[in-house]
Amino acid sequence: MNLRLEDVSFTYPSGVTALEHVSLTVREGEAVALVGENGAGKTTLAKHLNGLLRPTHGGVWVGDQDTRRHSVARLARSVAFVFQNPDEQLFERTVRAEVGFGPRNFGAGPAEIEARVQAALSRLELQDFADRHPYDLHLSQRKRVAMAAALAMDTPILVLDEPTIGQDAGGVALVGGLVESLKAEGRTLVAITHDVDFCAEHFERVVVMADGRLLADGPAGEVLAQGDLLAEAAVEQPQLVRLAAALGWRETPLTVEAFVDLLAARRKDGT
Amino acid sequence: MIEVRGLTFTYSGTDTPALQGIDLSIPEGQLCAVVGANGAGKSTLCYALTGFVPHFFHGEMHGQVSVGGRTVATTALADLAGEIGLVFQNPFSQISGARYTVREEIAFGLENLGIPRAEMPERIGEAVELTGLSGLEERSPYALSGGQQQRLAIASMIVMRPRILVLDEPTSQLDPAGSKEVFAALRALAAGRNTTVVLVEHKLEWVAAFADRVVVLAGGRLIADGPPAQVLAAADLEQHGVGRTRYTLAARQAQARRLRPPSADLPVTLDQAREFFR
Repeated sequence: MNLRLEDVSFTYPSGVTALEHVSLTVREGEAVALVGENGAGKTTLAKHLNGLLRPTHGGVWVGDQDTRRHSVARLARSVAFVFQNPDEQLFERTVRAEVGFGPRNFGAGPAEIEARVQAALSRLELQDFADRHPYDLHLSQRKRVAMAAALAMDTPILVLDEPTIGQDAGGVALVGGLVESLKAEGRTLVAITHDVDFCAEHFERVVVMADGRLLADGPAGEVLAQGDLLAEAAVEQPQLVRLAAALGWRETPLTVEAFVDLLAARRKDGT
Repeated sequence: MIEVRGLTFTYSGTDTPALQGIDLSIPEGQLCAVVGANGAGKSTLCYALTGFVPHFFHGEMHGQVSVGGRTVATTALADLAGEIGLVFQNPFSQISGARYTVREEIAFGLENLGIPRAEMPERIGEAVELTGLSGLEERSPYALSGGQQQRLAIASMIVMRPRILVLDEPTSQLDPAGSKEVFAALRALAAGRNTTVVLVEHKLEWVAAFADRVVVLAGGRLIADGPPAQVLAAADLEQHGVGRTRYTLAARQAQARRLRPPSADLPVTLDQAREFFR
């Protein structure tokens, strides 16, 4: 199932225009990262992908569903959305109820709900917290509860707003592993992230936003190599890309392995 | 300035101490970063340095925390306000809800401290400037983005010119540009105003670039303490749930593949990495 934005502009009721003439197609099974500074329009764009916002101009399609003609509840069967701030999303009294809300709402039977809840909790290492109140948990755990709730909806498309927020090193590794396994399952992923190192390691396509427009869109290795363009969007290059540039290398290593492979190759060449 | 001696604290209703046997001495004007996995005791340490433990969060406390010569446990929170500022992890929980604009919100603490009105504009202007909120003074605090609210929480504290500022993950909602502004503002406070700054932070590249000192907590204990380059390159950080910069990870992998001598010091920052891989 594709996601398609065609010439989308969006103006908030306050009069602030947050998106201007944005066109973007995300193909089935792609993992796309949206980067850009606070206020660039990333979250506004993401909220168009499940009908939470509807374009002032232009159109958005989830597969063949025009978001202007379908309810958010209907679109939720195709697209699950994880908010940046989990507290905007969580409302049930236990983690288990929160994660089970989506499947219950879709009319799943008790056995299926339980199976989906268990699977989602275990993927986010939250089994021990099933009976706790979400608000008794740390921000990083509440964020993982919000992600588990999205996973339990078993949608082909997932939109993640800042998935690594509040996570410590172990949490970032857990979310990275989750992104890899979702990619392997063929799910379509759109993630907003300020963590460019995380972006470089897990997303093959990068879209750069600034002032409500798309500044660049392409393979991660090409987009993240463009220091000047990223600076214009107030986005920093990943650590290893900056290091390679500082060493005078022409390549754009996106992972630690890629960097060390380049180092080994250069040694072999005697350069 | 800050003296912690043998601090052990167990929250009411729990069995395991959140902090155990902490000894820590932080001089005036130092910028000290606290790192560690979630649940390591970082927030509890922030509360203990600012009196929220034991005055607000109750439990069993052993040992002593003193700030500027005053014992925190026996000094009322109201008497510590103005002297010590705490910026909470969640900026939404810090906004008073009692004021309509950013300027009024920043002034709120000054009013409570009884600062003369004539002195307020200069102080507010400085706090706005340092936190990059210029132009937003007349907005409602609730109309701000998460990152702007976080900077407002910081501005509301620094306007009181505390001698000690404690911040629990102050950049969690900020983009890299906003994070850099906050770190630069904290650096300026420490160096220019001699404010003692303690901050909990996961962004290790910034910690390495801006902090004078790094303290590592794990399971409620202080397990490392020293200059960033030394602490963040230490061999056993992973087992304590602390991350690495990609520079350190790449250097270790290069050593493992015998592309660099095993004896070389591991880099933490870009400059150190450039030297290491040159």
